[in-house]
Amino acid sequence: MNADTEILVIDDEQVILDAVTKICTSEGYRVASALDAETGLQLLDTRSFSLILCDVMMPKMDGFAFLKLSLRKAPDTPVIMATGFSTVETAVQALTVGAADYIPKPFTFDELMSAVQRGLRYRAIRQRQQGTGGPPLPEDPIVVPCPPRYRRLGHTSWVSLENDGTARVGVTHLFVRTIEQPVSVEMLAAEGEIVQGTVCAQIHTQDGLVHPVLSPISGRIVDTNAELQSFPTIIEKDPYFTGWLYRAIPTDVEYEIARLQPCGSDPLT
Amino acid sequence: MIRRIGIRLILVVGITAILIIGVIAFFNISAMNASLLTEVERHAHQLSETVKHSTRMDMLRNERERIQETISAIGRQPGIGEVRVINKEGQIVYSSAGNDAGTFVDRSVESCHLCHATDPPHEELAVNERTRVIDRPGDTTRYLAVINPIYNEPACASADCHVHPQTRTVLGVLDVTMPLGEVDRQIRARMLEMVLFAAGAFLALSLIIAFFVHRWVDQPVNELVKATQQIADGNLGYRITREGDDELGRLGRSFNHMTAKLSEARMQLFQSDKLASLGRLAAGVAHEINNPLTGVLTYSSFLMKRTQNQPELQEDLKVIVRETLRSREIVKSLLDFARQTVPKKSEANINDIIDRAAAVVSNQLTLHHVELKKVTDPDVPPVTVDANQMQQVFINLLVNAIDAMGAKGGTISVGSSILRLSPQGTAQVKKATCSKRHSLIDPSVKIGGLPAIRVKVRTGTEEGIMHIDPVYGRHHNQTSFPIASGRELQIQCPECGVSLMDHGIHCPKCNAETFWMEIPGQGKWEACSRLGCDWQRWESVDRDGLRDYVEISVGDTGCGIPADELPKIFEPFFSTKGQKGTGLGLSVIWGIIDNHNGSINVESELNKGTTFRIRLPLQQPR
Repeated sequence: MNADTEILVIDDEQVILDAVTKICTSEGYRVASALDAETGLQLLDTRSFSLILCDVMMPKMDGFAFLKLSLRKAPDTPVIMATGFSTVETAVQALTVGAADYIPKPFTFDELMSAVQRGLRYRAIRQRQQGTGGPPLPEDPIVVPCPPRYRRLGHTSWVSLENDGTARVGVTHLFVRTIEQPVSVEMLAAEGEIVQGTVCAQIHTQDGLVHPVLSPISGRIVDTNAELQSFPTIIEKDPYFTGWLYRAIPTDVEYEIARLQPCGSDPLT
Repeated sequence: MIRRIGIRLILVVGITAILIIGVIAFFNISAMNASLLTEVERHAHQLSETVKHSTRMDMLRNERERIQETISAIGRQPGIGEVRVINKEGQIVYSSAGNDAGTFVDRSVESCHLCHATDPPHEELAVNERTRVIDRPGDTTRYLAVINPIYNEPACASADCHVHPQTRTVLGVLDVTMPLGEVDRQIRARMLEMVLFAAGAFLALSLIIAFFVHRWVDQPVNELVKATQQIADGNLGYRITREGDDELGRLGRSFNHMTAKLSEARMQLFQSDKLASLGRLAAGVAHEINNPLTGVLTYSSFLMKRTQNQPELQEDLKVIVRETLRSREIVKSLLDFARQTVPKKSEANINDIIDRAAAVVSNQLTLHHVELKKVTDPDVPPVTVDANQMQQVFINLLVNAIDAMGAKGGTISVGSSILRLSPQGTAQVKKATCSKRHSLIDPSVKIGGLPAIRVKVRTGTEEGIMHIDPVYGRHHNQTSFPIASGRELQIQCPECGVSLMDHGIHCPKCNAETFWMEIPGQGKWEACSRLGCDWQRWESVDRDGLRDYVEISVGDTGCGIPADELPKIFEPFFSTKGQKGTGLGLSVIWGIIDNHNGSINVESELNKGTTFRIRLPLQQPR
């Protein structure tokens, strides 16, 4: 079923190329691999790929330089950035400059598969949007627009600054559309801390996969959405209002908000 | 040489002394000169009158031989220069010198001038005008000359000799000259005395000043110079031992204080430098280790997927995956340690975490012949902790226990229990401010390992800093200067000086005034201002009543820790394992427990064993 899907993997470590190739092939995807970003770019010239998984820290050309060129050469191919040097800054930077997703190394089989699945769905949604240009296809759910005053981290999560000084945090509609129907949402307890660019919640879906949600902002959680525990599907139906995750007191609003993008800038979120 | 303070001081004081002595001597000698001259003058007048009276009769009788004899006799007396009788024309009639009789004196000079300056000459002279001091050329001795006019008398004109006509008023003068040699000698002697006195005073002053300058200035300054050189050479432990009460003593004390602060700051810098390079190392290691870990994790999780129908393989693969995930968390916590992020807390059963930690070290336990006794309370409610960090804590404590028992083995007892504790002695002040919102917490001073509360205290005239124990109800306070117990203190914010005193509320124990500080989010913390009184009140904590804790104890029957090392074991890089350990284990544990608002303490008896007790609060403080 996945045979027409080819994934390009770029990493300077052969063992990682081998492992990713093995995993993806076992799931029926075709895989091309490159040991450096230049080779990867040459491969991009020969044919189009469904998805690219690219390491950040590489000799000569690094992952960010590759991302920039790849978005120009193949704007429809989503890029998932992976790095062992997982700092908050790299995650936020990657998502801000156009990566579809970010996955810290080391990752498990399931973590890689959930990221690949989200990436491929992300591509499908984009293609459908651009391919027809007309009304959404019947099987697509109704697109819920993100309120323009919200700000988002990539297309993963959003934050809304409330009047009382707290910030509400949630998942974007586009992110929900890239995953199967949620069965449960694993959240941190109140009083816990969330850190921008790190995992703040995990959504378990019907297909058994677990999808991490990267927090758009840092802060101390003052309230969690209890309704999500009983009705996880509201995150799908109303991601921007009743489907919120946390209310938190942000620790460094000015600095962190500046690194996020306004919600209106991408019609798909 | 002249640049030295001692020499300058000697010169200034010496010259001043000489000036003062000089002025005194000048007036003294002038007064002495005047009084001696007056004496000689009086003597000369008396003599002159005596000569005049004793020769009067002879003059009236015109017995010239006798007059000459009398005058010569008087003139031979010691201390008398010349006695001469000079007539109106200026001719010397009688002279004690004998050989100049008959000669004329120049009326324009000498004594004659007094009267003969005018024409007609004065006929009378006041007594004080009759004397004068003369310097004779070729003679160093000064002379005092007194002239005594001889007036005409009726008897003179009527005498048989008819020498003097009746019309004359003044017949001549009696001129007595007295040498002032003796006076001059006395004055010279007095001047010499004065010079010697001045020189003596100068010398004595110099010696006294030199002695005290050496003692009060040179020695302390030399010591200070020596100390600064020692500090410059890097010996920050050097202290000045001589501490007087004078300005240099104060400078010395403040110097000691400065070096103490400097060495403290250097230690902190050193420590944070160590932490920073550790952070850089951790970041580098994280990247290097994460790549091979990716290989292990992807392959093992892939294998797990592939072998779902082989349960015997599944169990083993599960361990590989779980432990690789734990490695991932450890690497991440290394990065977190470098970045100081907060733990990821979720509800977990502490007994499960203990079991997992025990499972990880079970191989080592059998290898070292160690028996593990678990006495866990199954009713321990779940606690909000970072399970990975907690597991790391227990594994570290277990490994330490195994190491402490060496090759001969022993028993490790691990227990968990529920504990109800009063907030007194357990609740910690983590944030405190004055009424103007200045933070009073001083992270650089720790009491019992916790950052202390810093306030300014005053008793009467003395002023200083007091560090208050941050643990509610424990009183290990420290003051920067000694204060007698029982004194009432005035307490202020060290930053803005605003008073922390609460004049309205008196201590219910001793009726002294109380002071307070704001605990953000947790109301007011109050205490008695009398040193030694242990009254404290923290209402918002007291209201919660007894608090529940989970206590986890890890005890061994190993070698124990010497009492003097016990306070140091939670410091970073302190290690008893030599090359084997990094010295980070217990300090990381301490940091983790502190992040969970918990406490860790240790009891140890040499050669009997060591027990660590961790207390984690069950209700999170608001």
